[in-house]
Amino acid sequence: MEAYKVLPGPEGYLPPAAAMHGAQIPETGEALVEGECVPMEVAVKVIANRLVSAKNPTFFPGPLLLWKTTEYALERGRLIREIAAEVGAKVIPMPDYRPKYPMIDPAVEINPNHPNLTIWHNKIDVGVFIGVHCHQANLALKIIRGGTDCYTMALCAEDGHEEANASLRDANNDALKMVLAAVKEAKSKGGAADV
Amino acid sequence: MSRPKPELKEVSTSYMLFEAEREERFITGSEAVREAIRRANIDMAISYPITPQSESMHLVGDLYAEGYVKEYFRGENEFAVMSQVAGAAMAGVRTFTATCGPGTLRAFENFPTWVGSRLPVVMAFMTRGINAPLTIQPDTLEMAFMLDTGMIMLHAENAQELYDMLLMSFDVAEQTTVHIPIGVFVDGFFVTHTSQKVNVVCEDVKLGGYNPGLSPVPHIDMETPPFRLMRDPFVMKSNFISYAAHASWQQETMSAAFRAKKHLKKYLGSFIEQENPDAPIQIVASGTAVAQSREAITLLKEEGIEAGLVKIKTIRPFPTEEIRAALANAETIVVPEFNRVGWLAREIASVIPNNDRMVLGPRVYGGMTMPPDVIAQVVKTKDFVGV
Repeated sequence: MEAYKVLPGPEGYLPPAAAMHGAQIPETGEALVEGECVPMEVAVKVIANRLVSAKNPTFFPGPLLLWKTTEYALERGRLIREIAAEVGAKVIPMPDYRPKYPMIDPAVEINPNHPNLTIWHNKIDVGVFIGVHCHQANLALKIIRGGTDCYTMALCAEDGHEEANASLRDANNDALKMVLAAVKEAKSKGGAADV
Repeated sequence: MSRPKPELKEVSTSYMLFEAEREERFITGSEAVREAIRRANIDMAISYPITPQSESMHLVGDLYAEGYVKEYFRGENEFAVMSQVAGAAMAGVRTFTATCGPGTLRAFENFPTWVGSRLPVVMAFMTRGINAPLTIQPDTLEMAFMLDTGMIMLHAENAQELYDMLLMSFDVAEQTTVHIPIGVFVDGFFVTHTSQKVNVVCEDVKLGGYNPGLSPVPHIDMETPPFRLMRDPFVMKSNFISYAAHASWQQETMSAAFRAKKHLKKYLGSFIEQENPDAPIQIVASGTAVAQSREAITLLKEEGIEAGLVKIKTIRPFPTEEIRAALANAETIVVPEFNRVGWLAREIASVIPNNDRMVLGPRVYGGMTMPPDVIAQVVKTKDFVGV
């Protein structure tokens, strides 16, 4: 069986779960790029290049970040804003997981049950999830892969996400600093750090 | 009631299973449950009696009195127990319960709900018959109903495996990427009510505690706003978005079971075990049918007939690739089971090529034993008349 590639969509009516088609959770020190485990440093550069070359990159901070007030979380927020500022990205929050009826305001928030609405409305070509509970993040990532052509990333503090096009695991604040440094390097090279 | 507070050192699951000093005891399967739970650092255990499970949760109640289990009570019935277990697990504590047979079916709605809610419940099922006329005797039919709940299912052959599988299950179930319930199944009476040698870990250690902060879904934590908003059901409206979200949700729980393989393998070593893998006749079994099959293989050998054994330890996730490989060269495949429907044979037939190699039996049920010569006879005749 040919290895399943976790590529940007739109993949179709109901895309398969990447884990069921061979995509594995990376081990410590590794990360995921399009369904394959690679060294973390490689994934950081892929993420930086995608962010720098994107037309409309957007960060989606979730409840694990938005509702935390620890110094660590505040620093995490500052790092995200710094990266976003470097690449000219928007920040659209996912404050909770409640479905919004009849419809969310896709200009100001994203929701895991219908994240495609926010991607479509804002014409987002690169989306970065951070601080979203793993189950809800995978839900959103798969729905985005199904219905949009957005390149998705997950900066996960736990084990990483097969459903994202690129995902770090153990993405603590030091890892965010690595992403920031890689973004600056990519910008200095005209948008393409060596991978 | 003031309870003692045993001073126990917290250890990792790997240390508990592979490094800690053990001593041999001659105990029943029910007592093996007690010894596993004594060391499992359980926050909440909820019981409801049903033979042959009753003794195990009674013994867990004794552990509460001795201070090893933090909270314990008896629910109103099995449906209530499983619902209460769900509430406790959603609140972020480590839970344990057990039931069997009619209790399993009475509680049934809860099991897929546990999975969808990503609850890392660990539970023991001491299988017994479920259909009228009333029987309390061993029968694995309830496992057929459990196959598609989404739960991880392990099937222990004996009290030692029951003990070890229970202890490993907490770590597997509580992994962020897994976080779905695990059922450890064991054949009622044959294991629960017979005394066997069981190597148990010394009594001064327990597993490290559960950290609900690593859950892939928010647990009930009123300190973290806005919890109430996070669990609202989304399938209250009829539109494509609701359906697609639910479908993706189900895919995510299936992925969780897939991800469990890595962690299960770490503790089990393998999902199947083989004896005499080159024999043209292979007997495939799980639970106590494995032990009876071993005896049958010995009988057959005395008659000059070579037969091999494939023991299946994980029923869900089903070890498809391993079984295909193990049976690649088998000419005849015999599947002895303690139930009427032959659910294990169906599972195997659905994943191997040329399944006309299979003899769909022997099967015994309603509490009957499975004498090894009955298995040997089916191997020799390559025929099982069936039900």
